[in-house]
Amino acid sequence: MIDARQLTKKYGEKTAVDGLDFVVKPGTVTGFLGPNGAGKSTTMRMIVGLDAPTSGSVTVNGHHYARHQAPLQEVGALLEAKSIHPGRSAYNHLKALALTHGIPGSRVDEVIGLAGLGSVAKKRAGAFSLGMGQRLGIAAALLGDPQTVMLDEPVNGLDPEGVLWIRNLLKELADEGRTVFVSSHLMSEMALVADHLIVVGRGRLLADTTVADLIREAGGDTVKVTTQDPARLRDVLAGPGVDVTGRIGSEELQVTGLTAREIGLKAAEHGIALFELSARTVSLEEAFMDLTRDAVEYHGTTTGIENIEAAGRPA
Amino acid sequence: MSTLTATAEKPRSTPARPVYRVTGRRVLASEWAKLWSLRSTWITLGLGLLFLVAFGLIAASRYKSGIDSGNLDSDFADSTTVSLSLFGTNFAQLALGVLGVLVTAGEYSTGMIRSTLAAVPRRLPVLWSKAAVFGLVALAVGTLGAFVTFLIGSGIVSGTPADMSFSHAGVLRSLLGAGLYLGLVGVIGAALGALLRSVAGGISVLVATFMLIPGLISLLPSSWQNDISPYLPSNAGEGMFALTHDSTTLSPGAGLLVFLCWTVLALGGAAYRLVRSDV
Repeated sequence: MIDARQLTKKYGEKTAVDGLDFVVKPGTVTGFLGPNGAGKSTTMRMIVGLDAPTSGSVTVNGHHYARHQAPLQEVGALLEAKSIHPGRSAYNHLKALALTHGIPGSRVDEVIGLAGLGSVAKKRAGAFSLGMGQRLGIAAALLGDPQTVMLDEPVNGLDPEGVLWIRNLLKELADEGRTVFVSSHLMSEMALVADHLIVVGRGRLLADTTVADLIREAGGDTVKVTTQDPARLRDVLAGPGVDVTGRIGSEELQVTGLTAREIGLKAAEHGIALFELSARTVSLEEAFMDLTRDAVEYHGTTTGIENIEAAGRPA
Repeated sequence: MSTLTATAEKPRSTPARPVYRVTGRRVLASEWAKLWSLRSTWITLGLGLLFLVAFGLIAASRYKSGIDSGNLDSDFADSTTVSLSLFGTNFAQLALGVLGVLVTAGEYSTGMIRSTLAAVPRRLPVLWSKAAVFGLVALAVGTLGAFVTFLIGSGIVSGTPADMSFSHAGVLRSLLGAGLYLGLVGVIGAALGALLRSVAGGISVLVATFMLIPGLISLLPSSWQNDISPYLPSNAGEGMFALTHDSTTLSPGAGLLVFLCWTVLALGGAAYRLVRSDV
């Protein structure tokens, strides 16, 4: 359980995190989304006390992170990939962290096995590939058998097998009742693992919602119909929960609340000719882009060029 | 996932969940393990010991050959076995001080500090442990080096005017003082590294403090020099292990006190920065 209240971080003039309010609940995977520079990493650093909030607060399981007797048992965090000394072996790195908490050596061996690092555990961590470094970071995050697992861009640099491993790991951790908080800029990846989403842009909370709701609100599940007689089709389709929109004089209609199949059957029933009938599904990417683009425009603090840049950033 | 934990499926309150806890002693153990798991520690400590012993023995040999050939360098005129043996202290302090900087600043340059402080978010125990662990190691290396050099050196210069044995007044105190001095230099190095969070910055300030400033002070008017000079870290430290003292140097006790003050000052600055600044 992570509870952020009016969490704010300013670096001089720049506000990296701006009054964030959110709760990350146990038992589900919560995705933390936002374009680059949205304040995701800063928020995560504040959760584990590496950065002090300018104002507001964030607690983990009811207490500030630093107040816990065994912090690694409360939150296991993977921050920027290489939070290691390159000259130390993976085993010695984990061992040094374990020693601070009195975590037994058997647990160190366990997480090394879990992360698939068995064959390289005695090698200098500086020689690790990006993917191996990520695995070591995740091994360190799981070391204290933490109630909350927080991972910043965990799939960065992982090969497909590693991505699959992370995906399953996150789900299993959530199924065990843990709080799982994962940041990513890969929307498609989030759609596969996250149940809940916290979306930020420019340090502000844009959405605190589920994946399904986000897509629906962004206008997902609309069906585009082109017909000879739009006025009559409107009347035919009208009903509770059905929304039909379209420009006057245009043959094209946007329908929500009905499937393409239902629309086709109704049109046939009433003998209305259709020229085109296609379901338009909004991807999480599009929903996300809409959301963040709005936020950037809403703030209005930037020039047009920056707006285009922000909107055009890879999701 | 059964390998992840045997207790995860049970509610949190079950006693089966292991009870971990961060304690001062455990942070010490962690820092001890961290120190020895890096190759640079072994190399730099080895260099420090080598400098201390080798330069001491070279000085003793030059003195001996100067005496034998009859044209002794004037710098060596008042030498004793102690002063010759401790000739390498200047170089050893550089190696040990640099390693002290690496112990702390190295964590910032590599990113390791994020892992360290996530495990010990109260932060200060990390600084105290690093200073204690490395200070004791530097003390041990310095003391060992001083005694070994003296043992071998006294063999080299035996029969000359510089000849001295352990039983000579002040010899033991000087050798132990040299070890203590090197230990505290290590602590100051670690404090500078934590204060500046940069290996290059830490080493620069260390070298300036111990090697450049004593030379620059000679640019001051001589009346000022006599007031300031004895209290500089390097000169106060030298008072700790010099066998003889005059009006321009501090006594061993006063030297130790002044040098301890410098150490506490550096550690205090490091503690302040550690607690106040984001990492």
